[in-house]
Amino acid sequence: MSARFWRGLTPPLLVLAVWQGAGLAGMTDPRLIPPPAEVAATAWRVLTDPAIFLALGASLGRCLAGFAIGGGLGLVFGLLCGLSRPADRLLGPSFHALKNVAIFAWIPLIAMWFGFGEQARIAFIALAAFTPVVLNTWEGVAGTQRQLLEVGAALRFRPWQRLARIRLPAAMPSLMTGVQLGLMHAWLATVGAEYFLAKGTGLGGVLIEGRDTFDMALVLLGVLLLGGVGLALSQVARLGGARLAPWRGDLV
Amino acid sequence: MSATLALPRRKLAPTAWRRPGWPVALLLPLAGLLTWLVATRAGWLTPAILPAPAEVWATLAELWQSGDLQSHALWSMGRVAQGFGIGAAAGLALGAAMAVSPRVDDYLRPSFLAIAQVPVIGWVPLLMLPLGIGEALKVVIIAKAALVPVTINTQAGIRAVPRGFVEVAGAFRYSRSQLLRHVVLPAAIPPIFTGIRYGLTSCWKALVAVELLASAEGLGFLLVWGRQMFQMDLVVAGIVVIAAVGFVFDGTLALLERRLQRWRTA
Repeated sequence: MSARFWRGLTPPLLVLAVWQGAGLAGMTDPRLIPPPAEVAATAWRVLTDPAIFLALGASLGRCLAGFAIGGGLGLVFGLLCGLSRPADRLLGPSFHALKNVAIFAWIPLIAMWFGFGEQARIAFIALAAFTPVVLNTWEGVAGTQRQLLEVGAALRFRPWQRLARIRLPAAMPSLMTGVQLGLMHAWLATVGAEYFLAKGTGLGGVLIEGRDTFDMALVLLGVLLLGGVGLALSQVARLGGARLAPWRGDLV
Repeated sequence: MSATLALPRRKLAPTAWRRPGWPVALLLPLAGLLTWLVATRAGWLTPAILPAPAEVWATLAELWQSGDLQSHALWSMGRVAQGFGIGAAAGLALGAAMAVSPRVDDYLRPSFLAIAQVPVIGWVPLLMLPLGIGEALKVVIIAKAALVPVTINTQAGIRAVPRGFVEVAGAFRYSRSQLLRHVVLPAAIPPIFTGIRYGLTSCWKALVAVELLASAEGLGFLLVWGRQMFQMDLVVAGIVVIAAVGFVFDGTLALLERRLQRWRTA
């Protein structure tokens, strides 16, 4: 364990050493690539200032609001298509065609329709969360194992019992995957929205500000926070999923 | 595999595609088209919100005839080809090295996971400072989009080669290179190919993002230009082309993938 730990730490430490060394030797332009010590100083200055946490809070709130809307709609749409064959045939192909549009290509249209304000950002985030939730919900409820449904038939379950006792629980692991992916896409979209849809509060605004003022240390810190929050969100979703669907994977 | 990075497993698309239901499937798009047509004709939608279908079509035709469309598409595809080539090659090498040698895996995995964790958009401002906003930035960003899924799937694919196969090869006293060529590669190619397909899709998405941000040519630029000129027909036409290219890429690879998987069921 400890050997593995140190091995894993080697490349980042190596990069840090080269980076600092190059800075000291005057091989890099300190305006473009400031040495690590300077980045650490900036990080300390920024992290002790509540502004960064306000920005982070604004981003997270936006992300969750968009996820709630997009994920909720995705759940309904996915259930509809997964449970009803006519809905599947009617809506499915259109959905699969539209999901091919690279997500960022929607931005100009969304900007035209919703303006450049908060509404547009939330709409974009919701759109990003929608697709993975639909796909996983759909696959989850449509792929219920036959044996389970046969047991339900033998027990003379009514349709709603079949849904509540068999299909939904069986779909739970897949649903949770959808939630996890949806959250990750929503987070990515949050930063994208803050980046593309006008300047504003939030982590994206911090990144833009750092870039515009050539404050590399600030940008670096923003990117670290961005990755950290993404990791934290996906861990929360995973743990929540493990709790809600503890049988994950070992069904039948 | 760490669950934080679990790739959205590409199961085959829900079955609607393969069932004979196409007439029904066309109902919704037709209804949408009709609504669109009526709404623009009746003036419920101003051209600034959504231009009429005929106008979008005319714009597409015009772009095609003037050769603009082809040249922008060529720019975009050239970028994707470069970035994807670099990223996929690096991913194959990295994934294979990490699968074969536990030591390499120990050294590189934490760093790789950290890099993979930051989404494409996060890298843009960071790389913009040292690389500028030229071609290098775009190619690096696109390469990173391909690198992550290709590495993960290559490693997982090679690791998942059934032990039995390797033992049989051992019984036949295969050399290391024979083992690699005749056993490991054939068994690992289907999952690796899934990674490649997923990588190409992510490349296309990343391309649109970087072209929206900073470019003077390419399909993403078409969108930016249309928006700045308030020419919504151009924007919609651009979206249609981007979707069509993405669809063709993914569809072609999906076909190839099915080919590669065929021997498994046989």
